[in-house]
Amino acid sequence: MRFEGTENFVATEDLKVAVNAAVALQRPLLIKGEPGTGKTVLAQEIASALGRNLISWHIKSTTKAQQGLYEYDAVSRLRDSQLGDARVHDIGNYIVKGKLWEAFEADTAPVLLIDEIDKADIEFPNDLLLELDRMEFYVYETRQTIKAKQRPVIVITSNNEKELPDAFLRRCFFHYIKFPDRETMERIVDVHYPGISQLLLREALTSFFELRDVQGLKKRPSTSEFLDWLKLLLVEDIGPELLREKNVAKLIPPLHGALLKNEQDVHLFERVAFMARRGT
Amino acid sequence: MFLAFFLALRAAGIKTSLREFLTLQEAMVQGLSGFDAEHFYYLARVILVKDERHLDRFDVVFAEHFKGILNPAPEAPGEVAMRELPAEWLEKLAEKHLTEEEKALIEATGGFEALMERLRQRLEEQKQRHQGGSKWIGTAGTSPFGAQGANPEGVRIGQEKGRNRTGVKVWDKRNFKNLAGDAELGTRNMKIALRRLRRFAREGAAQELDLNGTIRSTARNAGYLDLQMVPERHNAVKILLLLDIGGSMDEHVQLCEQLFTATKTEFKHLKHLYFHNCPYDSLYTDARMRRTDAIETNDVLHKYDHTWKLIFVGDASMSPYELTQAGGAATSWNAESGQVWLQRLTTAYPKSVWLNPTAETYWKHTQTISVIRKIMEERMYGLTLAGLDTAMRKLMH
Repeated sequence: MRFEGTENFVATEDLKVAVNAAVALQRPLLIKGEPGTGKTVLAQEIASALGRNLISWHIKSTTKAQQGLYEYDAVSRLRDSQLGDARVHDIGNYIVKGKLWEAFEADTAPVLLIDEIDKADIEFPNDLLLELDRMEFYVYETRQTIKAKQRPVIVITSNNEKELPDAFLRRCFFHYIKFPDRETMERIVDVHYPGISQLLLREALTSFFELRDVQGLKKRPSTSEFLDWLKLLLVEDIGPELLREKNVAKLIPPLHGALLKNEQDVHLFERVAFMARRGT
Repeated sequence: MFLAFFLALRAAGIKTSLREFLTLQEAMVQGLSGFDAEHFYYLARVILVKDERHLDRFDVVFAEHFKGILNPAPEAPGEVAMRELPAEWLEKLAEKHLTEEEKALIEATGGFEALMERLRQRLEEQKQRHQGGSKWIGTAGTSPFGAQGANPEGVRIGQEKGRNRTGVKVWDKRNFKNLAGDAELGTRNMKIALRRLRRFAREGAAQELDLNGTIRSTARNAGYLDLQMVPERHNAVKILLLLDIGGSMDEHVQLCEQLFTATKTEFKHLKHLYFHNCPYDSLYTDARMRRTDAIETNDVLHKYDHTWKLIFVGDASMSPYELTQAGGAATSWNAESGQVWLQRLTTAYPKSVWLNPTAETYWKHTQTISVIRKIMEERMYGLTLAGLDTAMRKLMH
């Protein structure tokens, strides 16, 4: 089965090739890209396109690799032994399965999303090398080896907060989601707001890309922010002529709060816009 | 298959290994590349490149390696010269890119016709060079349009309009050109070195199960469970980082940025202050070093006690007067010499090191470096991984 994008997700050609190669060769796919370019959504869309279950494992700074495999709940076993519970004799009752175990156990190979792997401790990826490579691990408490019935499709996202070790990278396929160009953006908008006025879309896109071009913004607005903004424009019923307005009093696009997320950026943009329009 | 391509990638500094190369073979055997050059390009990219900073290099190597095979066969040279560019299209291009002032400028430099002629020549030349394998972008730097403010994209439209009906290849666009050089990247090795500076202590809210304590109190409790909690362990090392900014440090900015990013995420207790060339009676909380950001060095000495570890980062290269004379500072009047202040700081913080981004072989040629090394009791280390490692060991002694 091939991944061709879905009705709510526009996949570029290179992304399709990347996903299909990772699925066919059963390697984890590492996705990087600017925030808001749909890294996490991608896993959901792969799952729904391939008709698989999605298991998401969201990584935090305190997450340990072991938690993805299993955890031994010693405290509740101790408590049960105090209360004379019969369950206490089987240690298996106190092994709590992690996300990887869940994924390995499933009958049809699911899609496993390891979200924001760079949030975890610097050693985290190294601790998962063998598990991702051979798709098996050993449970010391019960002396059993858990092996994947089918190798799950693994999607890993990273925001580049920490660099990943080479040994880990070698085991992954890597795809960098480029910020969509105008044409792709139009397709994306079309998927989300079908039948939007072409005139409004054109003006909005022009304003948006102009905004992204301003040098020195702390946080450049992304696809998801653009979609939010467009929705606001629709809800507020703001017409294309308002966006095109070159009036000095209205330097920045209406409802810019959806696009610019801190006041330095707003100031900077105001200044740049003022200079630009004074010049013309 | 494609062994030469693989070797070319490695020669270009893309860290791809045999393992990935074999994976590519496997993918080809499975027919994943299809029968399409673009698909093959995407497939090779997803398998062989592991870092977005290398994507651009990959594009270059790919274009260079497959130029004769994937681009259409070159036409006979005569044929190229015979084709005419549609004149109205050229005018349209100019209208799109030039303002009134620029058009006036063109008149001054020989008129519109002459310029068009030059553009036509340029386009011919570019086409030939492209078939020779160079990039559209890049060779366009001398385009007559460059000076008038239109960009090479304008020239590239010429090709997209289909003089040879091929369009620009994806790898020729070099979409990933500006992904290089993020300060956040490349800090992994430094963080590993900084990890030597770890001293764990338990502070804060009790969140973790204290196993030993639980066993002890359960036994005391006649066998009934009595859970004991302790706070989580944290890195309790306290770092005072003094960074030299400006002047001769400008060439080391990138390295210092990396170090700074690495320290910022690694330590919970980190205070960083800035100075220029040598610390005197005030330090600065901001790299812009304005008067409002100033903080008195004496206050720093009192606020952060001797349990803090002091790290200087600077090239220690300055005029000797800045170090030895009162009033010798480059930026402001100092009542006491830099030497005195350095002495004061190193006495107040027994655990201190100096990290110097200048290559170690040049140290002996600069007088002030030797003086500062003496003040630091030889605890000056190069700002390299090895130097960082030794420095961190020294701090933990």
